[in-house]
Amino acid sequence: MTQTENPLFDMAGRLFSDLCQPKDLADAGTGQWPDAAWSAVEAAGLPGALIPEDAGGFGASPVEAFSVLRAAGEHALPLPLGETMLAGLLLAKAGIAIPSGPISVPSTDQPALKLKRSDGRWTLAGSLRHVPWGRHVKTVVAVADFEERPYVVLISTNGMAPDCADNVAREPRDSFTIDVALKDSEIALSEFSRLDLRAIGAAMRTQQIAGALSRVTAMSVRYAQERVQFGRPIGKFQTIQQSLAVLATQTAAANAAADLAAEAVTEAGVETLAIGCAKVRCGEAASLGSAIAHQIHGAFGFTHEHSLHFYTRRLLSWRDEFGNETEWSTRIGQAAIEGGPDRLWYGITDIGASR
Amino acid sequence: MNRFPFAPPPRSPEAEELRREVRDFLKTELAGTTALQRAESWNGWSAEFSAKMGERGWIGMTWPKRYGGHERSALERYVVLEEMLAHGAPVSAHWIADRQSGPLLLRSGTEQQRLEILPRIAAGTCFVCIGLSEPDVGSDLASARTRAVSVDGGYRVNGTKIWTTNGHRSHYMVLFCRTGDGGERHQGLSQFLVDMKTPGVEVRPIIALTGEHHFNEVVFTDVFLPADSAIGKIGEGWQQVTSELANERSGPERFLSSFELLVEMVRSLGNSPSDHAKATVGRLGAHIVTLRRMSRSVAGMLQAGSDPTLQAAIVKDLGAVLEQEVPEIARLLLGAEPTSSSTTDFSAVLAYTTLHAPSFSLRGGAREILRGIIARGLGLR
Repeated sequence: MTQTENPLFDMAGRLFSDLCQPKDLADAGTGQWPDAAWSAVEAAGLPGALIPEDAGGFGASPVEAFSVLRAAGEHALPLPLGETMLAGLLLAKAGIAIPSGPISVPSTDQPALKLKRSDGRWTLAGSLRHVPWGRHVKTVVAVADFEERPYVVLISTNGMAPDCADNVAREPRDSFTIDVALKDSEIALSEFSRLDLRAIGAAMRTQQIAGALSRVTAMSVRYAQERVQFGRPIGKFQTIQQSLAVLATQTAAANAAADLAAEAVTEAGVETLAIGCAKVRCGEAASLGSAIAHQIHGAFGFTHEHSLHFYTRRLLSWRDEFGNETEWSTRIGQAAIEGGPDRLWYGITDIGASR
Repeated sequence: MNRFPFAPPPRSPEAEELRREVRDFLKTELAGTTALQRAESWNGWSAEFSAKMGERGWIGMTWPKRYGGHERSALERYVVLEEMLAHGAPVSAHWIADRQSGPLLLRSGTEQQRLEILPRIAAGTCFVCIGLSEPDVGSDLASARTRAVSVDGGYRVNGTKIWTTNGHRSHYMVLFCRTGDGGERHQGLSQFLVDMKTPGVEVRPIIALTGEHHFNEVVFTDVFLPADSAIGKIGEGWQQVTSELANERSGPERFLSSFELLVEMVRSLGNSPSDHAKATVGRLGAHIVTLRRMSRSVAGMLQAGSDPTLQAAIVKDLGAVLEQEVPEIARLLLGAEPTSSSTTDFSAVLAYTTLHAPSFSLRGGAREILRGIIARGLGLR
């Protein structure tokens, strides 16, 4: 199935289109929580899209569930929808009850959280860095290691004062310093390692990047057809056509990579290297693509009034979250070099081959 | 909203089974080849190797059995192609016939042409070259001047073709030329199957900057072609040739031309490379994985009978960018000087790939032409 033949993708796209008008996006950029938008997304059941059916989700395949995030990227949905989906998956697999409302997951993994157990009580200390919408959510989910095994932890951040910061898209990326006791209902062994969690987060960002790139490509083509200079639409000039063609190739590559990432999250586990490849490719496409889109749009695209920046500023943020190109390509390169030169090709064909 | 979708490549357990078979074959057949020979890959000529592939049933794989084919899927064929390229097998002799001339004859050829030529191509014993470009006609193919004039019993051809890869060692040429003067420039063009031994066909070598002889100039002087040598309908050559190009542009040869250099680069890095080196290798890997997915997606589209012209142009454009990046990255990462008579494999392959890189964004459609096709797909032209 392609993303475009997917009813969930279509439904999400229609909903997000209503919720993400320029005024809504501008308001979200001033730090307001779009409560009505969250309620609509929740009413549509989307935060549970990755939750297995037997755990109360609606049983979409991961590929279908991730397509919701492709649509979210296309519309710059200013909500922690991916983070809540991811938290839901982690909690459901660990058998922890999922709290209502938006849940977040830190997009930075370092430094590690310290999970301890003494006198039958669990404690968790350290920092939660770059928590999307940290100031607006009441719960954060993370994975922490104890005696070399990963645990899912549910951290109530209600009432805690975060260090507030925004990414360049003015999306909240807050940090918390925590030292908390965990109830037994807030911790369980995790099916997913810290690296798995980082990978699924990266897979989400690839969907959003691919969606946003599709959007800026469409906007750039339309602008080039409408903007008249030297007596004709600038899209008639070969140099502009060539630039837009490059933008289209980057967008196509990002969408193909995002498909690969979505397929890499399966019942059997998480294929981290496949997702890493996708994150590297999408990150690079985000950089090249947003630069071309701005070049095409000229000074108008540099204004706050024009909508282009809602998408390009997100592209420039998302490429760094849940691991940038260097982090993931180092991991991929490490695996390739360990395999050795004569097995390099085998490593490439193994990616995605298990499904 | 995604303008140029690449559907997920279809799963094919048969193809993965075949992959093991191909790898075993290559382990034996390529034992003892040098890294430099492997770097030649689809420029490497070996009639003997092509015949062995024919015996295995790995040429004309998707064609009907009655024409010597094997009725296997496009995905199975894809596996054979990519394994050959990734291992640096010398596949040049049969490559063009397998990729585009055979499929052209299947689509548009006469029954006699199919029965006579296709089984020999599939056996790996009949090699075909392509007569498209002319001295004054490169990217602007529709301006072809070579002309076939109707005469008693056939056609008389005069003109010159250029950049004809393997023209000096092919049995046939698929000739693209003018047969009429329509109002539209894309009309009045036709294709013919030319026996290279026909009197009046003269092949002159063109030596590439690398010192190699792959290219030729092929001069036609009053060459008589029998009427039944026409391929398809007279006057419909343009439509025929553009559908041929989707096959030409989307395959794994469009992003694996520098693969052997990547292999030798990893070998030279040794066991404890820097993080920078790891990231450099990993980034190239991520690009290849993505392109491979896109290219296999096009194979799936060909299998399903849909038109992948735009997707093929995208694969080829992105692939050439990557192939050209590899030697630049390799030289800076290893700090080696490319030397042609070097005793180290890395330096020799670096020299080879560095010299061939300019052709990667020219052959099979220049970068600017491909981007023009993509721009047309965006509705800009």
